[in-house]
Amino acid sequence: MDESIKKISIVVSKGSLDGIYPGLIMANGARMEGIEVTLFFTFFGLHGVIDKKMDKIKVATVGNPAMCVPSAIGPGLPTWMGAIPGMSWFATGMMKKEMEKLDIPPVREFITMIHDTGCEIYACKATVEMFHLTKKDFCPEVDDIISVGQFYEKSAGAQIIFT
Amino acid sequence: MAVKEYAGKIIELDADGNLANLNEWNKDVAKAVAVEEGIEDLTERHWAVINYMRKEFSEKGDAPSIRKMTKESGVDTKELYALFPKGPAKKAARIAGLPKPKGCI
Repeated sequence: MDESIKKISIVVSKGSLDGIYPGLIMANGARMEGIEVTLFFTFFGLHGVIDKKMDKIKVATVGNPAMCVPSAIGPGLPTWMGAIPGMSWFATGMMKKEMEKLDIPPVREFITMIHDTGCEIYACKATVEMFHLTKKDFCPEVDDIISVGQFYEKSAGAQIIFT
Repeated sequence: MAVKEYAGKIIELDADGNLANLNEWNKDVAKAVAVEEGIEDLTERHWAVINYMRKEFSEKGDAPSIRKMTKESGVDTKELYALFPKGPAKKAARIAGLPKPKGCI
């Protein structure tokens, strides 16, 4: 029996840099393997596809005990220091620099690239209504605003990954 | 190690089914592997991707990322997926006689 994965649906629910990127990298990586992918953005994850927000995605430095400087194996950043003004901006800048070295594109370019691979991109209707957003607030790659029910319909036969 | 005949040549394959020796590759082998991957005809556009990948590999030791490939080979993401529908990175590398790409992007 062929047990290889054929189709996945990825839900992105968090709006920080480390909340959005894993879903995007997994979506793109799946397409590279020929796996069919649907991306569904919900709650603060929507920031990844909101036109005015997607270029300003940041790492959360407050309440993040895994935050270390200058790299992952460096000493931990005392959590209270994460609250210093500019800390999130600084950590985001550092991380983006490292990501660029690995050829990981900025969010907007990544969304375009993933959409071009044939991945469908959707925004969660409940959150869109809660946040008083309309289709116009999103980048053009968002194919539609859909309900949870429609999400499950589109995910027929897929494995669902929640991030 | 597995061996298989492509274009009249007995060729050694690695664990992923890709060519084990880069120098056993030639255009006829590429065509035969492509047919196996469901691509009947390698067009000029396919060759643009294949040649670019081989060039990158010989210079850097790994296949290029999709992002780099689309920026430098002149074939954009949409076309790349149209040319190699079942996963461009993996398929194109295999047809180009290269090992499976190691990168995540």
